[in-house]
Amino acid sequence: MESVTPILEFKKTCVSYTKQTMAVKYVSATIEKNTITAIMGPSGCGKSTLLRAVNLMHNLYPNIRVDGEILLNGENILTMQAIDVRRRVGMVFQRPAPFPTMSIYDNVLSGFTLNGIKLSKAEKDATIEHCLKSVALWDEVKDVLNKKGTFLSGGQQQRLCIARALAMKPDVLLMDEPTSALDPIATKHIEELLLELQKEVTILIVTHNMGQAKRISSKSMFMYLGELVEYSDTETLFSNPVDERTKAYLTGKMG
Amino acid sequence: MNDKLYRIVLFATTLIMPIVCGGIVYALVTDAYDAFEHFGFLKFLTSSEWSYTQGKEQYGALPFITGTLMTTLVALIFCIPFSLPVALFVGEYFKGTRVASILSTVTDLLAGIPSIIYGLWGFYTLRPIIIALNISPQGSSVLTASLVLAIMIIPYASSLSAEFIKMVPNDLKEGAYSLGATRAEVIQKVVFPVAGSGIFSSYVLAIGRALGETMTVTMLIGNTNNIPNSITSTGNSMASIIANQFGEADGLRLSSLIAIGLVLFMITATINLIGKIMIKRARIS
Repeated sequence: MESVTPILEFKKTCVSYTKQTMAVKYVSATIEKNTITAIMGPSGCGKSTLLRAVNLMHNLYPNIRVDGEILLNGENILTMQAIDVRRRVGMVFQRPAPFPTMSIYDNVLSGFTLNGIKLSKAEKDATIEHCLKSVALWDEVKDVLNKKGTFLSGGQQQRLCIARALAMKPDVLLMDEPTSALDPIATKHIEELLLELQKEVTILIVTHNMGQAKRISSKSMFMYLGELVEYSDTETLFSNPVDERTKAYLTGKMG
Repeated sequence: MNDKLYRIVLFATTLIMPIVCGGIVYALVTDAYDAFEHFGFLKFLTSSEWSYTQGKEQYGALPFITGTLMTTLVALIFCIPFSLPVALFVGEYFKGTRVASILSTVTDLLAGIPSIIYGLWGFYTLRPIIIALNISPQGSSVLTASLVLAIMIIPYASSLSAEFIKMVPNDLKEGAYSLGATRAEVIQKVVFPVAGSGIFSSYVLAIGRALGETMTVTMLIGNTNNIPNSITSTGNSMASIIANQFGEADGLRLSSLIAIGLVLFMITATINLIGKIMIKRARIS
């Protein structure tokens, strides 16, 4: 048995939008460091809601309640300052959205500027090069760093958004269907990229795409109606699902 | 056949607007021609003499151009700190809530109040305060007029800016929050830059409105024909000098007033055009 280092632990995590309905119900799970964990499930099963709980995105909306515990390196993030949590937990959204008024250069550094952190020119340049290289965008954009990020293709924009999140050196990277707005080639690029990136950062990815989960994740969660139905090695989950609902979803009878 | 008739009627009625507009410009130009010919276009704009003593008539628009620009600028300065928070409140902080919709309805209501009412309020409420504060002895001044103008243009600036602030995509805001930004930082570094050109253009349109406002300014500016030497002095704006004197003027003086009208028309038309073009650009991006 190899030893695992938990980086993120859900303990009876619940999220509710209204008093009566819970979008996420008592989810408990442990996420290992430097892995890719896929969260799957049909629309409205609460997978994005669960993901957004991890960087306290729900705090932005006063009606949403998050209960239970979510531990990041043993510390309950629900009692921490949102700003501190979000600097350690990066997020990439469904649609690529680089800041339109900023250049590619400034987009990568936006985490620092937004937080009022000053960097020297050398530190900036080093961060830019490192981050853009780790998302395999450097060669494509190194000569146009002062151009607006919105001039890039969708796939490039999404990689820029990943670079922007990586620049803050997060422990965990949350990805909410990051390839659903991209074409197959751009999707393939991002998938390859994620496999590389897991050496640096723990990735939690929500995906609609079972093939994608199979290709990149080592662990998979299946959620249904807010419950975490099944959570195991991706291989096991796909080849030998325990729960009937998981089976139904994987065989396409439900989705 | 019916369709053809319909098209002819539609075309004819549509044509009326450009014809009216052209007619106004034509009338202004022909009636102002005397004044421009007599004093010279540039001389007319740069002279500060306004004297109608028979035989020594001398008319120059500079005091009124200055008066208009001063009232507009001061009004804008007072308008910004009140309209921008309203825009942020409605467009960002309380976006989509009842409070926001009540607030924006109330601000929009301000836009519908006739300017004579603003003038009365300024005259009977604000002017005594200005006197009591020892700002200006009669209470009428560029400042008095500007303060009321500022209130009048707040709804124009704030409701349009709010619309642009609302249009900033949630993706961008959440993206910024996810990087650890506070709300203030998101507003400063994402919302304002993204909505910036839209907000700017709404102020340009508000300026366009302030430039031509007549009644309120006439009631509050003091109606003296000199260049105001400070904002607490009295003066006249381009619109207020016309309103004050057109009834008793004839000949060269009337032509000069119309010339001022033409200049005012050109300034407001340019400002409005710039504003509209900017809004169009802001909407596209």
